[in-house]
Amino acid sequence: MIRLSRTRMVVGLAVCVVLCAVAILVAPFVGKPWIDPWRALGQDGVEARILALRLPRAVAAAIAGAGLATAGTTLQALVRNPLADPYTLGIAGGASLGAVLTIQVGLAVVAPLAAFIGAAAAAALVYRFARVGRSLPPATLLLAGVTVSLMCSAFIMVIQAFADWTESYKMARWFMGGLDATTFDKVLPSACAMPLGLGLMFAVARDLNALSANEDTAASVGVSVLRATSLAYGGAAIAIAAAVALAGPVGFVGLLVPHVLRALLGPDHRLLLPASAFAGGAFVVACDVLARTLVYPRALPVGVITALMGGPFFLILLVRSRRGTGVWG
Amino acid sequence: MTHKHPVLELDAVGFRYPARDDGDVLTGVSLRFHAGTLVCMVGPNGAGKSTLLRIAAGILAPLAGRATLDGTPVHDLPRRELARALAYVPQEFSPAFPFRVAELVLMGRYPHRGFGRFESADDLALAQRAMEDADVWPLRERRFDTLSGGERRRVLLAQAFCQATPLLLLDEPTAALDPAHAIAVLTTLRKDSAARGTTTVVVTHDLNLAARFADRVVVLASGRAVADGPAREVLPGAAARAAFGVGMHAGALPSGLPFVVPE
Repeated sequence: MIRLSRTRMVVGLAVCVVLCAVAILVAPFVGKPWIDPWRALGQDGVEARILALRLPRAVAAAIAGAGLATAGTTLQALVRNPLADPYTLGIAGGASLGAVLTIQVGLAVVAPLAAFIGAAAAAALVYRFARVGRSLPPATLLLAGVTVSLMCSAFIMVIQAFADWTESYKMARWFMGGLDATTFDKVLPSACAMPLGLGLMFAVARDLNALSANEDTAASVGVSVLRATSLAYGGAAIAIAAAVALAGPVGFVGLLVPHVLRALLGPDHRLLLPASAFAGGAFVVACDVLARTLVYPRALPVGVITALMGGPFFLILLVRSRRGTGVWG
Repeated sequence: MTHKHPVLELDAVGFRYPARDDGDVLTGVSLRFHAGTLVCMVGPNGAGKSTLLRIAAGILAPLAGRATLDGTPVHDLPRRELARALAYVPQEFSPAFPFRVAELVLMGRYPHRGFGRFESADDLALAQRAMEDADVWPLRERRFDTLSGGERRRVLLAQAFCQATPLLLLDEPTAALDPAHAIAVLTTLRKDSAARGTTTVVVTHDLNLAARFADRVVVLASGRAVADGPAREVLPGAAARAAFGVGMHAGALPSGLPFVVPE
């Protein structure tokens, strides 16, 4: 009988964990210059120093990918719509507004913090307007999210209209998303916030199964609907805020990873959520390697790679579903 | 809820939807549901049947009066505790993701298992029995979104059976079912009431099924319970005639099988 057994959970999750670990460990050796692990490890030369520069970047990519993918999976279940992602619900828009504001006033150093605060504020605003009594209905959540997202875009355009050349360039770079000049100091705040966000989402994984079926059914099998949706939404908001503060608004991860994993592993969130975290991490690490190697010596923003890699792949999935083979396999 | 057979009671329940301007949906509805009985709730469209069921299930809070389970207001009970006493099957159901039939049915075990516990052999055995009772065992590996309307209804019933609660609240469980399956479902509910003392409340438009299987029929009209009693007395009565806007003739075939026809 089809069900989530211990074996299926362990095997599915183990594959994702190994993928992510391998990605983080291999990524620092890849690029120009290529680094020979046997020579670089255990000595203190130039190569070791290059590794020390690339490792935090890989870790940052993994953290951002984990947050965006898991939040995407959660939000799709919350609004019962496979098109939801961190951007449709306005949270990432709030982050961008926060970052752009600080860049405009010449405080680009604190842009990550402002992005985090902006995301949290947007999430709180959406929640406030979307909540109806003891529930968080998908329709109002989606509408409030899209509205806040559009309002953030409008404010960003106002700020950009007043920005000078340097500021405009910095803002444009920020929107592209990127992990240039990442150090462990910069990773630390997001690395601390991310477990909280992921933990909140994992805690309601089973409730999300019932909720993605039907709100009344969820209540009938014992889910406290408002509590579960609030925890899931809060967790997603924290994860998105931490991810965007670290890597900028990297697109497509939160849409692509959940769909691919659902096709491979089925819709049970007890497996799907942790798998999203590790697979999302692996995906962004791989994309970041491509971002800094494809057009070397220049570097592309990682958001460009996720969209260019993810877009065609997603379209293939769509075509398959039109032919009846199903987006979900 | 320490009782094996909790008593569900509605006491002067009143309700209106705050955002709508359509007045009271329910006014002073008082009903008591005893263990081991099957009650059918009938009435014209918009009479408040589904709203009443959702209040009894603790999903909506009544604006007046109380819905209680052994004296405790259902809306105040912790959801999980309530879910071990009462299963509710809504009219509509469309999962956003491609769950398989067995996965959906096994959700009925959620209130009985801690978070992170995998389904035990007992859970699987219960789920299999529930699926056999609702005649969806052959569909267990199918994706829910590929099923027909009637098959979906039966999957929802299997989920409620799998929850194994002493109380079942079903909103039009036979609406899309062919006659054979409708009779099979109500026969199962009937047997369950007798064998396990299950209290079953069924909202239905099928008066013949109500006449044949219900211990008691409640007629709801414009948010009020206007008649309550055995089908053969209630359905041909004046209150039912006023409620439906058409009189009902109740009779029995030579075999004893009761039937109801509008006049």
